Amino acid sequence: MESLQYFLPQVWFFVLALFLFLYVMLDGFDLGVGILSITASTEERRGMLMTSLGNVWDANETWLVLMGGALFGAFPLAYGTILQALYIPVMVMIFGLIFRAVAFEFRENARTKVFWNIAFGGGSFLAALGQGFALGAILQGIAVDDAGHFIGGTWDWLSLRSLLTALTLIQGYVLIGSTYLITKTEGDLQATHYWTARISAVTTFIGAVYLTITTPIFSESARARLFDPPLVYIFALIPLLGALLIFLLLRSLYLQQEKRPFVWTLLLFLVSFIGLGLVIFPYIIPTQITIYQAAASPSSLVFMIIFIGFLIPIMLAYNIYNYIVFRGKVVSIEPE
Amino acid sequence: MEFLADTVILSRLQFALTAIFHMLWPVLTTGMAIYLIVVEGLWLKTRNKNYYYHARFWSKLYVLNFGIGVASGIPMEFQFGTNWTPFSQAVGDFFGSVLGFEASMAFMLEAGFLGIMLFGWERVPPVVHYFATIMVALGANLSIFWILSANSWLQTPAGGQFIDGHFVVSDYFQAIFNPFMLNSVLHMFFATLETSLFVIGGISAWYILNQKNSEFFALSLKIVLAIAIAVTPLQIYIGHLSGEQVYHHQPTKLAAMEAQWETIPAGESPAWSAIAIPNDRAEKNDWEISIPGLLSYILEIKPQLSEPVLGLKEYAPEDRPHQIGLIYYAFRIMIAIGFFLAGLMALTTLQWLRGKLSPDKITQQRWLLRIWMLAAPLGYIAVESGWIVRCVGRQPWTVYGEIRTVDAASNLPAANVLTSLTAFAIVYSILFVFALYFGSRIIRIGPNFNLPVPGEEIAEELDTTPAEHRPDSRPVEAQQ
Ligand code: HDD
Ligand code: HEM
Ligand code: HEM
Repeated sequence: MESLQYFLPQVWFFVLALFLFLYVMLDGFDLGVGILSITASTEERRGMLMTSLGNVWDANETWLVLMGGALFGAFPLAYGTILQALYIPVMVMIFGLIFRAVAFEFRENARTKVFWNIAFGGGSFLAALGQGFALGAILQGIAVDDAGHFIGGTWDWLSLRSLLTALTLIQGYVLIGSTYLITKTEGDLQATHYWTARISAVTTFIGAVYLTITTPIFSESARARLFDPPLVYIFALIPLLGALLIFLLLRSLYLQQEKRPFVWTLLLFLVSFIGLGLVIFPYIIPTQITIYQAAASPSSLVFMIIFIGFLIPIMLAYNIYNYIVFRGKVVSIEPE
Repeated sequence: MEFLADTVILSRLQFALTAIFHMLWPVLTTGMAIYLIVVEGLWLKTRNKNYYYHARFWSKLYVLNFGIGVASGIPMEFQFGTNWTPFSQAVGDFFGSVLGFEASMAFMLEAGFLGIMLFGWERVPPVVHYFATIMVALGANLSIFWILSANSWLQTPAGGQFIDGHFVVSDYFQAIFNPFMLNSVLHMFFATLETSLFVIGGISAWYILNQKNSEFFALSLKIVLAIAIAVTPLQIYIGHLSGEQVYHHQPTKLAAMEAQWETIPAGESPAWSAIAIPNDRAEKNDWEISIPGLLSYILEIKPQLSEPVLGLKEYAPEDRPHQIGLIYYAFRIMIAIGFFLAGLMALTTLQWLRGKLSPDKITQQRWLLRIWMLAAPLGYIAVESGWIVRCVGRQPWTVYGEIRTVDAASNLPAANVLTSLTAFAIVYSILFVFALYFGSRIIRIGPNFNLPVPGEEIAEELDTTPAEHRPDSRPVEAQQ
């Protein structure tokens, strides 16, 4: 039974990381496409960008809802404390997601589209910004008391570092959005996004390098963990892999290989994600509250893993089926 | 204006506003989904194209609702953590896992098949499409199951214990199927169905009255009517069962619903108050009209009470709900609507049996059709009223008898909550107006009878749909 108390929270840490990764990857390209739509040159192009998401954005966003529910059930303490501490960035994200979601239906029915174009682009941007600040704030630490309750101030999340994290995340979303669009479009529109992909690949890289290098300097405990013997090799491997993937990505963009940039970007996200996970583990609120302290009781964790774990492959299966049904490119049409 | 500095009140207002607004949309997406199953099934069976056009037309209203339902659902999911942190931390073991089940079982299913249901008509075979429609409806209705399980648990917590203020589940089955659960799910299920039926019926009535495609819409009116014959009386009966369960489990709520200040002992046959002016301060009703002997029939369908009805005065003011008038009238409005809709159903059925709904005569039923139009928003009002009874009547508890609302709220700066509350109020007002505007535009444009019918024009070529733009669907994507 002793070991179960460690094992179950670890399983849930992994499951949550999986949900979060699926969300960041899938809604990441949705939000990226949304942000890119701000720069779309014509109404038709903007329509095509939205079409490329029409049938998937909702399912993609649901991974966030699922992550929220699972975090609530598996680590109630962390769910409460984090959301209370990040009230403002979370609200920014929520309003962003609201604007983005309604823009799909309203724009389609509207004669004057400008208002809903702003809602779509601006909403995607706000959602990404809120998420970026939230991530930055969690990485820099949240002030809690011994019981794990939030004791910090309302604006604690705001710092130069969390701003940089937010900007990097937005760049990352633009990158994955661009590479997604490369696979979904052709001709001029595709050319535009080869270009946006190249720029955002470079900016994301710069941001990521800065954040990686400065992490051990900023946080005592991260430094201690990072340079521990067995882990240090893995940590050394991650930046190397990252650099290799960036190289492959830029090369495939240069060679205009349609599908590969998206794949390399995904792998890049995965590698950064694993890196992040290793830095954070076993904390859920870094350097304050471990997953073992925040976990729900073992009976709940078991019940949830039976229920939700069983559904994971099923959810993945019909989501993949959905992508298969709607595979192919969005082609130019003339609405009016 | 003191409440502007009171975080608890602001958080309550924010929860009330966001829940009331969110509730408006899933009602149609869960109830109408069942109607869509019916018409698509009829189409597959009879191959009558009109059924197919019904499926296409109503799903346009469906998706409009869906978008706003999803948008307004996101704040619900995160608000427990942001505004009700102590509550979330105390009951997350159970309450949070139920939200997790809802997301993984219901939301994901619905979202995963929605794309196929809306845009997949020419991309998958009809049977697969029908399957997708059923999965969407199943997903929506499963979310009723889970969210009502969670909410019922707040009314009648079961299946575990509070240990140091933290709820530990010992029996998941008991917690999920807590005493209020089954009946509440049924009542909500029929509420969404009934509301959707009268929305569809009301819109159909508008078309028939205006002689636009009246034959086509007479069809939907009849389908609606056929389902309503079963649903409306059942809903009244289940509502009665809801009242009974409140009577047995939540005496303070029952007293508020009936504005009963004094206890009525068992064995009596008390009057039922029909209209009253409850006065919180004087602890009595200033004025009242009541119907003798009716209360025990309403609660138990018996001439005498078998248990006492405890009066509000039995409880200290801090242990019972306030806003008695709101709870009392919300309850009466819901009941009035329940009976009104059942009556409308009965009247229309009568006309149907007399042959007055045949294509050549139906347009003459002007008064009847006008009542149907009037009835379209009533279901929503009943739903919101029912929720006000349920949530405001639960006060001062968030988890009945266990966690008080004042102890459930996060300790946030009031300015933060005031800002987000104001933002929700503004944004939701705008969304509401635009939803009505775009909804009415969809209705004014009407059904599109030029849509290709799958299996007719493009038989066997499901996978090579040409790239072109068609009205009524998102721009078509080309296959590779
Ligand atoms: C179309 C909608 C509709 C209609 C016609 C009715 N109801 Fe209802 N009622 C609801 C929609 C609803 C609801 C919104 O769905 C509620 C709120 C929570 C719930 O489970 O159902 C509800 C709650 C609710 C409650 C509160 C349960 C609680 O607090 O836990 C009672 C006592 C009733 N209903 C009773 C009735 C009666 C006696 C009706 C008969 C005429 C009736 N309802 C018609
Ligand atoms: C009786 C009350 C409720 C019912 C019947 C209900 C039902 C639904 C349904 C059917 C949807 C799917 C979207 C749509 O069809 O429009 C939805 C969306 C949503 N609801 Fe509610 N809901 C209720 C209350 C709540 C509450 C209290 C929460 C908070 C956890 C919540 C969270 C959500 C979320 C997060 C979504 C978006 C899901 C997605 O991305 O697909 N709902 N709700
Ligand atoms: C089924 C999912 C729902 C859950 C889990 C839920 C839970 C809650 C919670 C936690 C609160 C705040 C604490 C409290 O005031 O007790 C609350 C308040 C409230 N909810 Fe619900 N609710 C749900 C659905 C709804 C719906 C659909 C409506 C309205 C249509 C609604 C109306 C209200 C109102 C009016 C309040 C404020 C009550 C007051 O503070 O006086 N709720 N609910």
